[in-house]
Amino acid sequence: MRNLSFKKAFALTLAAVMAASLAACGSSGSTSSTTAAAQAADSGSSEGSSAAIKIGGSGPLTGGAAVYGTAVKTAAEIAVEEINAKGGQQFELKFEDDAHDPEKAVTAYGILKDWGMQASLATVTSAPGAAAAPMYKDDHIFAITPSGSSLAVIYEDPDNSANPFGNVFQMCFTDPNQGVASADYLAAHPDLGSKIAVIYKNDDNYSSGIFAKFKAEAAVKNLEIVYEGTFDDSNASDFSVQIQKCQAAGADVVYLPIYYEPASLILTKAAAEGYTPTFFGNDGMDGILTLEGFDTSLAEGVYLLTPFSADASDDLTKNFVKKYQEKTGEVPNQFAADAYDCVYAIAQAVDAAGLDASKSPSEFCDALVKQFTSMTFNGLTGQDMTWSETGEVSKAPKAVVIKDGVYVGVED
Amino acid sequence: MEFISYLVNGLGLGSVYAIIALGYTMVYGIAKMLNFAHGDVIMIGAYISFFALMNFGLPIIPATLLAIICCTILGVVIEKLAYKPLRQASSLAVLITAIGVSYFLQNGAQLLWTSATKVYPSAMPSGSLTLGGFSISWLTLITIGVCLLIMAVLTTFINKTKTGRAMRACSEDKGAAILMGINVNFIISVTFAIGSGLAAIASVLLCSTYPSVFPTLGAMPGIKAFTAAVFGGIGSIPGAFLGGLLLGIIEILAKAYISTQLSDAIVFAVLIVVLLIKPTGLLGRKLSEKV
Repeated sequence: MRNLSFKKAFALTLAAVMAASLAACGSSGSTSSTTAAAQAADSGSSEGSSAAIKIGGSGPLTGGAAVYGTAVKTAAEIAVEEINAKGGQQFELKFEDDAHDPEKAVTAYGILKDWGMQASLATVTSAPGAAAAPMYKDDHIFAITPSGSSLAVIYEDPDNSANPFGNVFQMCFTDPNQGVASADYLAAHPDLGSKIAVIYKNDDNYSSGIFAKFKAEAAVKNLEIVYEGTFDDSNASDFSVQIQKCQAAGADVVYLPIYYEPASLILTKAAAEGYTPTFFGNDGMDGILTLEGFDTSLAEGVYLLTPFSADASDDLTKNFVKKYQEKTGEVPNQFAADAYDCVYAIAQAVDAAGLDASKSPSEFCDALVKQFTSMTFNGLTGQDMTWSETGEVSKAPKAVVIKDGVYVGVED
Repeated sequence: MEFISYLVNGLGLGSVYAIIALGYTMVYGIAKMLNFAHGDVIMIGAYISFFALMNFGLPIIPATLLAIICCTILGVVIEKLAYKPLRQASSLAVLITAIGVSYFLQNGAQLLWTSATKVYPSAMPSGSLTLGGFSISWLTLITIGVCLLIMAVLTTFINKTKTGRAMRACSEDKGAAILMGINVNFIISVTFAIGSGLAAIASVLLCSTYPSVFPTLGAMPGIKAFTAAVFGGIGSIPGAFLGGLLLGIIEILAKAYISTQLSDAIVFAVLIVVLLIKPTGLLGRKLSEKV
């Protein structure tokens, strides 16, 4: 009996240790974001303003998509610091970790709402964005996502592009637009190759969404798709079959509307097989150069359709790239640029509407929606951007190619 | 020619499943428990060999040995701390504990090494062997070779050595084995040590083929290998081997000839059919319930 109770006690202790460790994991994420918020708050208060407008946002600071969240957070911080340094209306940023998980994004939303955010950067990635968007609508808080590109982020009924939330805007292209733009680009540049193979992730909204529109547009433009391969979460490591099929079909362009992690495995496998087509990706491919341990020479010659290239020679881009590099030592990607633009766009709309920190989130929402649908914005990711009533942005995409381990703009 | 190339790829993938499945099946055969933390031991092995290769600059063989040593110790420690106190408890309690250990390892790895994916360095010989019209990469050949070697050594160990015989005795009838003077606790520890050591080898092969390292890396191969073990007959060592190879081949061929979308559905459909016809798996033995 005594022995049994000892065992029970031991098992309980063990369980407690595990629970504690799990709790520690949970809290570490939020600690990092509160420190970030504290830093942001510090930088705000050092300018001597207590009436800063509160901007919230969430994104993956941990997990597989952490590159995106970190880029967005860093760039948004840079933008807030710059705007505050000018001495006009002050802003304060609080950025929470959602680990690219819809449930955590909802939790993050709750934290931000309690904190009293008046405008938001919504979420960085699409699936969490789709989960949080109805809450932004219900609570009437204005949000503009830097990079949540799925239609589900801005429409209640994304399949039919119907019932827009109305107060959730996008800085990036929507997925369908990326697919259409990619097909148009390939049609306009037959030198890249004419036989197209596609490998996409069929259990992912982002990837299958882009692919569906790409396929439809490819049919219109008479592009030849010689192979369609898929993968999903449970077999995202073995690409031997897909690569062999692309090769056997004689594809000279492989279109990868997927995130950079599986893409890195595909590039590695293709190189091992001695298969060298032109790889073509979208914004999800962005980040491949910063993957720890990845041999960037494998990504040489990969094309990306993105609205931003860090080697552009305008002052705005140069200044941003310099500040970003000082802060992180890395070249900013498109996500960072989108986030920077989001903050500036909010600031421009706030100025135009004459808002200040004393207004309620709901008043902010009405005024900002009005401004966004009527204003024109010039930023890092495009000139003369406008937004439709549904929250979609209109701007011109740009192709970049990876040369010597950096993104280089392709001149048309 | 294409078919042979798919077959070889399937054998390579199946070999990794087989090595992992051995860990599941041995532990089940002897301790009668499903060690769901096995996949996460693979993940730990992957991180250890990753750091050995990247940070200490060790060649592949010492790096693998280091991973084997660390994983063996980890396996034994997990058994002593988490499973041994529950030896008399219901099998459900042990199962839940195993899942707990699995989460513990995954989250521990996330804390220690963050959840950002790292790319495994290529330390294995690259290039491929060209035979006639088609080529097989050295990596695939090495994977298949290592799997065959492990199988041969393990079979000899189980059949010829005293410890091996004691292991078989434990799996047949634990009570009788105790009466015969076999130290069952020691045998279970040895089983965990061997299973975890194999997990380390599997981790190096797995990450050399699919070079990304992240905290949940062991989950999916773990589940597939567990399926392979059930497929072949859980508790049976040749069964795990056969199940692993078949699972790998079916998966690749289904992807190649039927649909990349349906490959997993096909794999599991085959599993269901096999279990309907032969509920103990391909090579599993029917055990009569002891009263």
